[in-house]
Amino acid sequence: MQLIDPAIIQQRIHDLQDQDLYIHLEMTTGAYASHLDSTKHPAATFISNALIRYTTGSISEKAPHFRVGLKTEHGWVYSEGLTHYEESDSERLILAGHDTQGKLVVALQLSKEPF
Amino acid sequence: MMMTIPANSRVLVVLPHPDDECYSLSGTLAKHIAGGGQVTYACLTLGEMGRNMGTPPFTNRVDLPRIREGELKKSVEAIGIQDLRMMGFHDKTIEFEDRQVLDGTILDLLTELKPSAVFTFYPGYSVHPDHDATGAAVVRAMGRLPESERPPLYTMAFSRNCTDEIGFPDTENDVGDFLQNKLDSIHAHRSQFPSPGELGKSKKMDRELRERFSRERFWTFREFPNA
Repeated sequence: MQLIDPAIIQQRIHDLQDQDLYIHLEMTTGAYASHLDSTKHPAATFISNALIRYTTGSISEKAPHFRVGLKTEHGWVYSEGLTHYEESDSERLILAGHDTQGKLVVALQLSKEPF
Repeated sequence: MMMTIPANSRVLVVLPHPDDECYSLSGTLAKHIAGGGQVTYACLTLGEMGRNMGTPPFTNRVDLPRIREGELKKSVEAIGIQDLRMMGFHDKTIEFEDRQVLDGTILDLLTELKPSAVFTFYPGYSVHPDHDATGAAVVRAMGRLPESERPPLYTMAFSRNCTDEIGFPDTENDVGDFLQNKLDSIHAHRSQFPSPGELGKSKKMDRELRERFSRERFWTFREFPNA
């Protein structure tokens, strides 16, 4: 995984617009979040391989915690806290946000084929 | 009470994630195998929703299952486990799985292997929803065996309230002679854990590792539902 370069991601988002895509979107604080510290709130949610099509999409400019918004026919997809992308994957857009320990906090992925 | 499992017998381990075996159980398994026993490890998922990706991250959400499968195989090799079964369930979904499918899968393993002991998590006291759901499924499946054919079920628990509610573990295994297997099993899960250290680096570290890792403790589970 590479640190996000917003210009590269903006181009990739543009290349994938106006077509049926499978989306994986998740956010998690981890199943162990409240195990050692009960003040922490354990939350996790993901949607995997839902079919979406967006008419316009963009990434924010300011490092290191990027936001992505994708406008669909009837609504929106929004994700904040993205830090990394998979540079070796040219077909799919794989974005992730990692915390300072390297743990995954958020993921946004788009692909023409199911994940 | 010291743990006794018949020598040369087969043991079944049912856990949901590729690293669940290493800290609490790998020494016990290595010891059983060194004594001529067989181990079948049914790992229900590939831990594909795990948050650890290495520091700095060296993988991603898409490649993680493949990475963790490799780590699992390496850990299994370090322990000496002869029979690894990857059961193909999805991480974080065990509690939502069709119970007939899940319990049936475990019952099939029990009837095929006729193990002399079974290991899993103590349901309700094992923190991760997959751990609790796996333990509960093993308990339900074993409850369907006639009592006379039911092997002992050894469970692991580590929730904060566990000793308050279920007491202290009743079974202990000294695995001091198998520390290297255990450390190799932990090291195999490179995406998940920082290294706890290596044996032979210094006397002080050897002593620390020995204190930390040479005893494995289990709760013998006895409250099976009526079949």
